[in-house]
Amino acid sequence: MSVLVVVEHDRGTMTPASLGALTAGRNLAKQINTTLEAVTVGANADALSDAISAYGATTVHQAHHAALVDFGPEAWGESVAQVVRKSSPQVVIGCGTERGHEVIAQVAARLDLPASMNCIEFDASFDGVQPLRMTRARWGGSLLENAQLDASIKLVTLANHTVEPVEAPTPTNIAVINVELDASVMHSFVRDRVERVAGVTLATAPVVVSGGRGVGSAEAFGPLEELAGLLGGIVGCSRAVTNNGWRNHTDQVGQTGTRIAPDIYIACGISGAIQHWVGAMASKNILAINTDREANIVTKAGYAVIGDLHKVVPAISEEIRRRRGL
Amino acid sequence: MNILVCVKRVPAPGARINITEDGQQVDTAFLGFTVSPHEECAVEAAVQLVEKHGGEVTVLTLGDVLAEEQLRTAASVGAVKAVLVPIEGMDWDAQRTASAISSAITALETANGTFDLILFGNESADSCGYQVGVRAAVKLGRPMVNGAKGIELADGVATIRRESDAGQEIYKLPLPACIGVREGINLPRYPTMKGRLASKKVEIQRTEISAESGGLQMIQLQRPPERVSNTQILGTGPEAASAVVDLLVELGVFK
Ligand SMILES: Cc1cc2nc3c(=O)[nH]c(=O)nc-3n(C[C@H](O)[C@H](O)[C@H](O)COP(=O)(O)OP(=O)(O)OC[C@H]3O[C@@H](n4cnc5c(N)ncnc54)[C@H](O)[C@@H]3O)c2cc1C
Ligand SMILES: Nc1ncnc2c1ncn2[C@@H]1O[C@H](COP(=O)(O)O)[C@@H](O)[C@H]1O
Repeated sequence: MSVLVVVEHDRGTMTPASLGALTAGRNLAKQINTTLEAVTVGANADALSDAISAYGATTVHQAHHAALVDFGPEAWGESVAQVVRKSSPQVVIGCGTERGHEVIAQVAARLDLPASMNCIEFDASFDGVQPLRMTRARWGGSLLENAQLDASIKLVTLANHTVEPVEAPTPTNIAVINVELDASVMHSFVRDRVERVAGVTLATAPVVVSGGRGVGSAEAFGPLEELAGLLGGIVGCSRAVTNNGWRNHTDQVGQTGTRIAPDIYIACGISGAIQHWVGAMASKNILAINTDREANIVTKAGYAVIGDLHKVVPAISEEIRRRRGL
Repeated sequence: MNILVCVKRVPAPGARINITEDGQQVDTAFLGFTVSPHEECAVEAAVQLVEKHGGEVTVLTLGDVLAEEQLRTAASVGAVKAVLVPIEGMDWDAQRTASAISSAITALETANGTFDLILFGNESADSCGYQVGVRAAVKLGRPMVNGAKGIELADGVATIRRESDAGQEIYKLPLPACIGVREGINLPRYPTMKGRLASKKVEIQRTEISAESGGLQMIQLQRPPERVSNTQILGTGPEAASAVVDLLVELGVFK
């Protein structure tokens, strides 16, 4: 009996999402009066046990197999499934990340159990035995669902950034389990990698200047590029823009694009559809530049300029240059 | 190269998503419908692979009869066969959906031979379950990788590119395989007039499948608390530039 957290790591480096999952797992374990346990996949993650111990796991199950060197969704799913069979947890929590969802889905499929992804809250009256009620994010977070998970073992992922990591050190037992993996799960390992060239990305930029359909063409993004450059920021866009082929999808903000959290988001000629908004709403400040005072983005933003972006954006760049004496 | 793409019909809401009074569904009274964006790209990826390697694209959906609209949209951009697994009433849960889809695939393959590739979306736009594709793949006993931002085929192997925080990862799956596709892998084409006409003639095969409910049950939908903003209008037109830069200074982003 336990709450088991699947620790996500990349070749031995723990991902930040794991700490939130461990913290949520510890809270839930306390609620149902059981222990927090964790599972790591691959011997290259053995060294993480100290860090996991700092978050209150009383046991770390270390799944070992010679093939477990890099990430592979099927081998990881099968490994975790074997740990679950052996340790019979009441709840299994994975990270609400690409790998996290994929591994929990694999575990669910292999154990024929239901799974609830992107949970943001668990029912405070859950006793460990009854069905688990939770709130989970749907529509990329535009909508929430109250749901009930009825299963002997409850499989969930925790939506990323919903629980602040808090340490609570405890002595930890190590339980090595030599998992058995057959050829069927060996195909999907990472075979090669291409490292990103360093630089600001949409996800981490302090300033994002985004354009929507109102920009009108690929060329008309020039003034937005210029403004972003002056502010040490980066250009983003809406799906209307990527659909028109004006910019690459890597620039798209939203449900099916990137989620951003800059100090300021400058949204030019973007209406603020809900699927765009969910990607931008974590921004610390939002400035909308739009001809339509009633546009959704204008009513939701902290600041707005009403006007034609083709005139307003160059005027802002000009004013910046003027104050810098350029 | 025979490729199957699984698509789901979903509402296309605008500024906000409204829900029905009983909290059981998205209020679609004034909404259009679409397929999830990831799946739109999966259809395009399949069509491009077939253009390059030969073969044909089949699309499959589990949904009510109205989902024929989405099958025809896929047909208008290059799918030549379409399969509807009809259901009535509320959406099926992920376990039930995956089990019905995999049964339907098995039936299709028994009749016509194995699909070299089965494509899914990374996640459906509405339920965001992140699992129907994985479950179906495990049931069919095929390798599966989600999140594909690139697919290339050569010598019976699918090379898949996916993005990670550090850059890109490469996976190689032997065919037959399943892949979950992400938006951005390509730019889906618009249907041509000829495509639209052809899509009207595509016969939609109906495959009735029954499957048991799974263990995740929706109780109610709810809207997240909305941010109320007292928007400060900094000005109108280019004359607002000075006020904007004052704001940038105040926020510490103008250095
Ligand atoms: C499942 C699903 C997922 C989606 N995912 C995403 C996503 O990840 N990201 C995303 O962005 N969208 C997404 N969408 C699409 C979304 O619903 C909208 O269609 C899209 O965001 C609209 O883009 P837009 O605001 O640029 O265009 P529009 O809605 O057409 O808005 C254009 C705006 O520009 C203003 N404007 C026009 N001319 C000017 C001018 N000269 N100066 C100033 N303002 C001007 C107009 O007043 C208007 O407000 C998704 C949709 C679905 C169904
Ligand atoms: N009702 C459905 N009909 C066809 N395909 C579906 C259906 N539901 C989900 N899928 C496929 O499974 C993928 C993952 O769905 P989900 O698990 O809901 O996120 C989707 O992107 C679709 O490709």
